Amino acid sequence: MGTDKKSEPLNRVDGRAKVTGKAKYFAEFEVPGVTYCVLVTSAITRGTINTINTKDAERAPGVLAVFTHLNMPVIPGWANPANPNAKPPSGGEKYQILGSNKILFNGQPIALVIADTLERAQYAASLVKATYNKATHQTDLLKNTEKAAMPGRFGDYSRGDNKEAHKTAPVTLEADYTVPVEVHNPMELAGILAIWEGEDKVTVYAKTQGVKATQRTLAGAFKLEEKNVSVHSEFVGGGFGMGLRTWPQEVAVVAAARQLKKPVKLVMTREQMFNLVGHRPYTIQRISMGANKDGQLQGIYHEATAETASYDDFTEGTVAMTRFMYACPNVTTKYRIVPLDRGVPIWMRGPGEATGAFALESAIDEMAHKVNMDPVEFRVKNFTLTDPEKNKPFSSNNLKKAYQLGSEKIGWSKRNATPGAVKDGEWLVGYGMSTGVFGAHRGESTCRAQLNADGTLVLQSATSDIGPGTSTAMVQIAHEVTGLPIKQIRFELGDAALPPSGSQGGSATVSSVGSAVYDACMALKGVLADAGLTFEDGAVKPAAGKSAGLPQVLAASNKQFFEITKSSKGGPEQQKYSMYSFSIHFAEVRVHPLTGVVRVKRVVTVADSGRIVSPKTAASQMIGGVTGGIGMALMEEGVIDHRFGRMVNKNLGDYHVPVSADVPHIETIFIDEPDPYSNPMGSKGMGEIALIGFSAAVANAVYNATGKRIRELPITPDKILSA
Amino acid sequence: MKQFSYVRVTSGKAAISELSKDKTAMFLAGGTNLVDLMKSGVTNPERLVDITRVPLATIEATKTGLRIGALAKNTAVAEHPLVLKHFPLLSQALNAGASPQLRNMATVGGNMMQRTRCHYFYDTALPCNKRNPGSGCGAIGGFSRMHAIFGASDKCIAVHPSDMCVALTALDAVITVTGAKGERKISFGEFHRLPGDTPEIDNTLQRGELITAVDIPFNDALQQTHYLKVRDRASYAFALVSAGVALSLKGNNIADVRIAMGGVAHKPWRLKEAEAYLKGKPATEEHFREAARLTMAQAKAEEGNAYKLTLAPNTIVEALKLAAANGNI
Repeated sequence: MGTDKKSEPLNRVDGRAKVTGKAKYFAEFEVPGVTYCVLVTSAITRGTINTINTKDAERAPGVLAVFTHLNMPVIPGWANPANPNAKPPSGGEKYQILGSNKILFNGQPIALVIADTLERAQYAASLVKATYNKATHQTDLLKNTEKAAMPGRFGDYSRGDNKEAHKTAPVTLEADYTVPVEVHNPMELAGILAIWEGEDKVTVYAKTQGVKATQRTLAGAFKLEEKNVSVHSEFVGGGFGMGLRTWPQEVAVVAAARQLKKPVKLVMTREQMFNLVGHRPYTIQRISMGANKDGQLQGIYHEATAETASYDDFTEGTVAMTRFMYACPNVTTKYRIVPLDRGVPIWMRGPGEATGAFALESAIDEMAHKVNMDPVEFRVKNFTLTDPEKNKPFSSNNLKKAYQLGSEKIGWSKRNATPGAVKDGEWLVGYGMSTGVFGAHRGESTCRAQLNADGTLVLQSATSDIGPGTSTAMVQIAHEVTGLPIKQIRFELGDAALPPSGSQGGSATVSSVGSAVYDACMALKGVLADAGLTFEDGAVKPAAGKSAGLPQVLAASNKQFFEITKSSKGGPEQQKYSMYSFSIHFAEVRVHPLTGVVRVKRVVTVADSGRIVSPKTAASQMIGGVTGGIGMALMEEGVIDHRFGRMVNKNLGDYHVPVSADVPHIETIFIDEPDPYSNPMGSKGMGEIALIGFSAAVANAVYNATGKRIRELPITPDKILSA
Repeated sequence: MKQFSYVRVTSGKAAISELSKDKTAMFLAGGTNLVDLMKSGVTNPERLVDITRVPLATIEATKTGLRIGALAKNTAVAEHPLVLKHFPLLSQALNAGASPQLRNMATVGGNMMQRTRCHYFYDTALPCNKRNPGSGCGAIGGFSRMHAIFGASDKCIAVHPSDMCVALTALDAVITVTGAKGERKISFGEFHRLPGDTPEIDNTLQRGELITAVDIPFNDALQQTHYLKVRDRASYAFALVSAGVALSLKGNNIADVRIAMGGVAHKPWRLKEAEAYLKGKPATEEHFREAARLTMAQAKAEEGNAYKLTLAPNTIVEALKLAAANGNI
């Protein structure tokens, strides 16, 4: 660990459970007497509910209750007449599910229908009829830019004198970029299953990226002690960020279960996944840039304007990369949000950095072309080993090596710098590349290690696995510290009663939880030493000069097992260095000039993310992120008809994500060099950088193939033909 | 979904009789579209007559052509040796549609009867003259990227979503339907209709009639075929524009040609004028381009689908080029 030793590629420790159906997801838990909740949602975008007729639904077979704003049980921790200042988990003041007759966005829940079977609940839900008083709504960011406001987070940034630098430089560029609404759409639908024991104790099975976060939200909403809120989420069928929040409709289901004194389960519909669990916000960006003729950047101005909800501020690091990525003396960034009558956005993989990198890395390509430089050379020319924003050295930065490895692998030398010059039959051939970057975060995390008499090691932490293979990485870390065989080590997660950890988000799990696992295993070595034992040759053996083995030592001290719990977090090195994880994406595309069809033919992705703890699942992360990047680049777009304020393509037939035929072989390369400061393993995050920047690599390749610069995602055939 | 009664029949006669018992009753075959429509509340039959056990799935040669039973699965048709031998265009079109799972369920008759995928049609909170006559057309002035450039009306600009039907239109197929009054034939081009003032009516099938078969006349000269489907992803997406071409060459001259398009109209769009122009002419890009230009004279677009005014002719040209080339490879 923390050395140059490479990890072995392990199969997923829970792979068999997942493919055989043994792994249970939240909706699959069978609870006696469970009842089913179906949401009725608003057909208008803004206004008030005039009347809501629930009589037919209430009389329908099997219906136990219909809750609307007229009879919704009080959620004690939220605002209510007795407690007007309490805030809903959204953080805003105005939106509380079924809290009033106000409609703040299209698709907002207006009733919960609960019945003894799902089908009966669905049928009864179809009988709930509402009439509305419609008010004028605003859902089009482009028509509301005058409302753009500087949020509390991500304020303006400036270094140097950028007022003129980017305009007076010998070579200048000004361009606007657009990233549309994108929706996470993990395979597993969102929801919750709530079971109360009396009034003060509740168990939930939830789709969440953070069992502790869900526990805190519910404890707050129902004014319970955290220990009385049991949250289970061992397996999660993808999240991509939408599970970083316990959504209001999920809290409402928990309230309904308490009122009915019955277990209630909600599984949202695919259509509701487009409106009720967040999305990547529609964002427009302007970049202006100046450079010397030799390619040295002189100034960058980057402004992003993104949508948020009228009832809640959502912010993300859209312009963050521009501040530190390149050696540029004059940099200004601005970030604004525009409140719209829409459901609130939430981080979607790569989050704001992926939106920002599309603009910045497209602009860098445009500038390289303007100064007649190879885009890789241009980036090397403007490379910096010191973070110019924080004025600190990077904890590690192997970008130059990454550029070189990626260039060699894709065959960058074959690229013709003249756009539209290379053909394969009728298809135009293009190469593009880009850089991605994301903070190498490490949060506080706790792990309990238990060594049993039979030599099995159990590690526990209240973290999640939304797909990356958390348990596999943790088992691997423990294996490398203790030398115990993989099969003797088990990692337990997804239960809020376990030692606390943060949510799985921001590519921080291996760094945070992995450090706790590492520290716990190291501490366990100390415990064993005190007991005259040691890890040796993949087993627990008597220490030098001792003869009693693990079972004997435990028996002698009347113990079933040795245990130790360690909490772990970063130290002063976190302040001393600027810590980022980097990726370089290379894409080869084919563009059909007559039909505008773009196909990604080959991808090489290089990750400079410290030492790779689990090579196989890390490669899977990169492949998954690039696949998401292909979707972002070529097809993903949530289309809103602003006349109605309603999304029109809210299903997976019309909202396109890549199918197998869209995804070529994706070659992943890891620099796999330990970061000396990030954490004991020397690792850095993987999940976000896999996607960040990829859309720009495709856009740049499309430009190389056609000479057409598409600055509005996704790059669909109509845009190629119209450009 | 509303409650409904369900009955399974094993003969065409029983099917027609069962359907007549309820004015909302509908035939259920593969269900790949109807079940979605019911779940969305767009179509609310109170009775479903399951016809999947009616023996209408045979694919066989007749003296003059190939007869495909209305309940033959899309996959079975696409993979059938006689289809591959005589009508490769049909196989190509079928395989360009949907996904393998859907093609394994979907039937030929059901494919013809499937309804538009216009977003406004499926969302009961939005206006749609096809779903709710008189409520207005949501797509006009709205999200019209997928919509029609030929034969649309101010009531409806929806397109028929099928790929299979594009090939069957090009191949001069004839549909056999049977009802209480007996059997009748409908040429494929006359089956689907343009929206006009009654977009709620998709086709000329009468209430109570059951599609039993599709006949495609042999025309083995038309062996050079290509089905080109332009779409937003490589599979499982409806056509932005598609073109099916079957032709025969004599030397470099076009002896005979059939062309139809999908994704451009309320029905599969046959290009008779372009066919007439091309017959006897050398198979050159210049002539293909002129044939496309002739076709496009009738086109009209909204803002959202204006790109189809470029894409459609390009697709015609490209499909003709590929069909003309495949005999020479």
